[in-house]
Amino acid sequence: MSRVLIINFIRFIILVFLQVFLLKNISLYNVSTPFLYILFILLLPFETPNLLLFALAFILGLTIDAFYDTPGLHAAACVLLAFVRVLFISITVQKEGFDNEPEPTLSIMGFRWFFTYAFTLTLFHHFFLFNLEVFRFSEIQYTLSRFLFSSIFTVFLIILSGLLFFRKKERK
Amino acid sequence: MRNLLIFITKYNAFFLFLIFEISSLIIYVKYNSFQKASFINSTNEVTGNLYARADELKSYLTLKEVNDSLAQANARLRNQLRSSQYADTVTKKQVTDTVYKQQYEYIVAKVINNSVNKRNNYLTISRGSDNGIAKGMGVISDKGIVGKVVFVGKHMAIIQSLLHKDSRFSAMLADNKEIGYLEWGDSMDPDKALLVDVSNNAQPKLGELVVSSDLSLFPAGIPLGRVSNLKPKVGGFFLNLEVKLAVDFSKLQYVYVIDNRFAQEQAALEAKEEKDE
Repeated sequence: MSRVLIINFIRFIILVFLQVFLLKNISLYNVSTPFLYILFILLLPFETPNLLLFALAFILGLTIDAFYDTPGLHAAACVLLAFVRVLFISITVQKEGFDNEPEPTLSIMGFRWFFTYAFTLTLFHHFFLFNLEVFRFSEIQYTLSRFLFSSIFTVFLIILSGLLFFRKKERK
Repeated sequence: MRNLLIFITKYNAFFLFLIFEISSLIIYVKYNSFQKASFINSTNEVTGNLYARADELKSYLTLKEVNDSLAQANARLRNQLRSSQYADTVTKKQVTDTVYKQQYEYIVAKVINNSVNKRNNYLTISRGSDNGIAKGMGVISDKGIVGKVVFVGKHMAIIQSLLHKDSRFSAMLADNKEIGYLEWGDSMDPDKALLVDVSNNAQPKLGELVVSSDLSLFPAGIPLGRVSNLKPKVGGFFLNLEVKLAVDFSKLQYVYVIDNRFAQEQAALEAKEEKDE
């Protein structure tokens, strides 16, 4: 149990640092900006109580907001992400499988499930984030293209990090 | 009552979602305009310090470019030492010797956090109220106008960049002095801006210099960019011009905050005028 706590804590710190000091400066043609930090919420264990899940999403969002100077923006998007995560998992994962599959990682759940999971959740998060940030209907075309290309970039990075930390032994 | 409790526990995810979503939206709406002081931004102790550290490392990589631009700025300033000053004497007859009084004071600051790829961009600088920076002051770099101060902490301040949907600066064409407003268009290109509301009588040329006007919070004549497209938008009663910005916002290292000594006097007078009317 304490191992899970420590791993998630370290993951939180590393992802926030990566997002704030590296990925914040990256944008392709000013259209595509990755938000890899949501990986923290994606990889929380299945058994995480809902209260803790939402609280962590909220804290993660506020931490990113503090660095991005957008109070509440990322927090709102992260809480929505957590909600979609709860729905997605309750629909697709059987309850019996909980004991031997502690975390929804790529190596445990397989590529197909993880890709659908990451892609759906990223779409929801980015759509909400970009529209809330601009909040103007007149720029919808630009917002949508940003949303689409950023989602592709983020999912690419998420899959890449999943493959990077792929452990074959865990797959059953 | 029991049924209600069962209902709430059964759908607890949804109710938790509502609670957290509403609280984050309240934070977003309440604090996002920088009208009220908030601790969730990059001037607070932790985030400000981390940004300053990271910037120390990064600044070594750009030392050469910064040196070059400073040398150029020095050379240019030697040619126009009196341009930021204000003539104090009003005389009836022509006198060749004029006494000047300082109107604008420049405070140098280091940019420690910057962004160009969002819809609304802000910069954080390493000077705050301790160094005499106040809300509403203009900010320039050695190449041109950067933005204005919107939020001041003790040791740091946040600047609303020109690349922001609410930024609007009074500007004019350098040759024929036609006045318009410079704002960041919908194109979201950090190199381009729009000069809007220019009178139809103006005859702008491609490549003409656009500078700050006398009506702005900057000293008149600070360069903004050059006209790069004469007809980015057709229609409307006024001319709209596309301007290629002089400042490369993604490479900003040092900026100058402008303290206008007469700003308070001007604001007080204008407030009085409104009251009288």
